[in-house]
This record gives sequence, C-alpha cells and structure tokens, in this order.
Amino acid sequence: MTRSIINIQTTPEDHRIARLAAFAIGLSVMEAVIPSPLPGIKPGLANIVTLLVLERFGLRAAVWVSLLRVVAGSLILGTFLSPSFVLSFSGAAASLAALALARHLPKSWFGAVSLSIIAAFVHIAGQMAVVYLWLIPHAGILYLAPIFAAAALLFGTVNGLIVAKLLGEDEKPIHARTRLSQS
Amino acid sequence: MLRLLKPGDWLVALIGTTITAWLFATLWQGHAADKAIVRSGGKIVAELSLAENRSFLASGPLGTSRIEINNRRARVAEDPSPRQYCVKQGWLSQAGEAALCLPNQISLELTGAKKLYDSLNY
Repeated sequence: MTRSIINIQTTPEDHRIARLAAFAIGLSVMEAVIPSPLPGIKPGLANIVTLLVLERFGLRAAVWVSLLRVVAGSLILGTFLSPSFVLSFSGAAASLAALALARHLPKSWFGAVSLSIIAAFVHIAGQMAVVYLWLIPHAGILYLAPIFAAAALLFGTVNGLIVAKLLGEDEKPIHARTRLSQS
Repeated sequence: MLRLLKPGDWLVALIGTTITAWLFATLWQGHAADKAIVRSGGKIVAELSLAENRSFLASGPLGTSRIEINNRRARVAEDPSPRQYCVKQGWLSQAGEAALCLPNQISLELTGAKKLYDSLNY
C-alpha cells in the first residue's frame, strides 16, 4: 500500500484569512442566538470583521472572509443551501460589491461609518430583491422596507463606529507616535 | 465618539436617514382614493367618482342601502343590516378601504390610482 500524503501549500495570507473568517463565523453564530422581532433584522456583527479586513488587508481578503463566513456559518447553523443561506449569500455579495466601489471614496472625508452604512443598506436591498424575485413575489413585502431601512441605518452606524474605534480613527497619528516613544 | 465620524460620514448618515424617512412616507401612507365601487351580491352596481357629492341607493336582499359621497370621502349612510357594522365604520377616504354590509350583501370599496396592499392577503 502506498502512502499518499496530501500536502496543501498554504501561505501566511491563507492562515490570516482563515483566522479572520473564524472570527466572523463566531460572531454570526453568536448573533443567531439573539432573538429578533422580525426575520431579517440582525445587527450584522460579522460585517465588523469584513470592514476591518477590507480596511487592513484589502478587497480580496474581505471577499474571502465574507464568503467563508457565509458558507461555514450556514454549515454550523444548519441552513446551508436553504433560503436563509441564499439570502445571507446575496446580502453579502451585494454589500461586497458596494464596498468595492465605496472604498474608493476619499479617505479623509469618508470613514468606516460611511462604508458600514452603505454596506448595510445595499445588504438589505439585495436581500429584499432576492426575496421579491424568488420567495415572495408580492408587493406586500415592500411594506417591511421602511423597517429594514431603519434597522440598516441603526446597525450600520453602530457597526461603523465600532470599526472606526477598532481602527483607531479617533486617534491622531501623532498620538500613536508619542505613545510608542513613551513605551 | 464624535471624532470617529468624518464629515462624509455625516453626509452618508443623512442620506440614509432621508432614504428611510422617504420609504416610511411613501410605503406606509395610504393613497388618496378617487373612485368608490358599490357592489351588490358581489356584482358591481355603481362606480362613483369621489369628486362630486351625491347619494346612491343600492338594493340588496334585505332592502336599500344608501351610500353617501361627500368631500372626497364615502360612507354607507343607511343600511338595513341588523348589526350596522358598515354604517358604524363611518367615512372612508383611503384607497383600499372597504365597508361590507351583511347580510344585505352591499359593499363599498374605495380605489385609487394605486391600490393599497391587501391586508387580508398580506
């Protein structure tokens, strides 16, 4: 019998993406426990990770982390290939597409909060489009659109503030330098 | 915390608020009606414009119901049905609103350019 060794070459970037995706998956699993008044309204904590990765490691890494989170998160929660998986996939894909464009906004004017709000709105818009075209082709779902938009605004802002805080956008570069020299 | 926000962030938040408010205003508001449809036993007996004030008499198995249109609103003013639900409902002014008089089988429904979402189906 011949021993076969399957050796997958991994790069440090692969490891980093896996680690960050694990963070995002953890957050989405935690979030699934939180009861929601309306299906579809969630804080979207995993998007914090996506935005951080986008800012620190670029779009490619953000796409990987986000899609890994959707697929692995659904495997853990048992929703893989179910409608809710398709919805979270389409939401993630839509907001990644929006982020790919929005990240080119001038950095000095638009911070993490802008990206987060834009991503949240496009996320729910993409999901509602899929719901309308595929699941419930009835104008009645439009009735829920204002609630979803309000939730997107709220959670988009809160998540954006968290990302901005984690990125240290409130600290001026000079502060960071003085702190370094002190230590 | 305010230092976390850049000028453009306020702009984006403002646009988001505007979109949200606009969605509430357009999707959660009834639309003005412009026509009243009167049915007897399910068959349309009259389509009345709300533009002119008038009364309309519709006859059902129990007797005659009087529909009244006034100031772009419509109501069932008189009806022989015992419980008088449709009369008590009062004035209807939004598209999609309806008053059913049972057992006299008379119904009054308002329609507009846009039909309001059907709350029964929904």
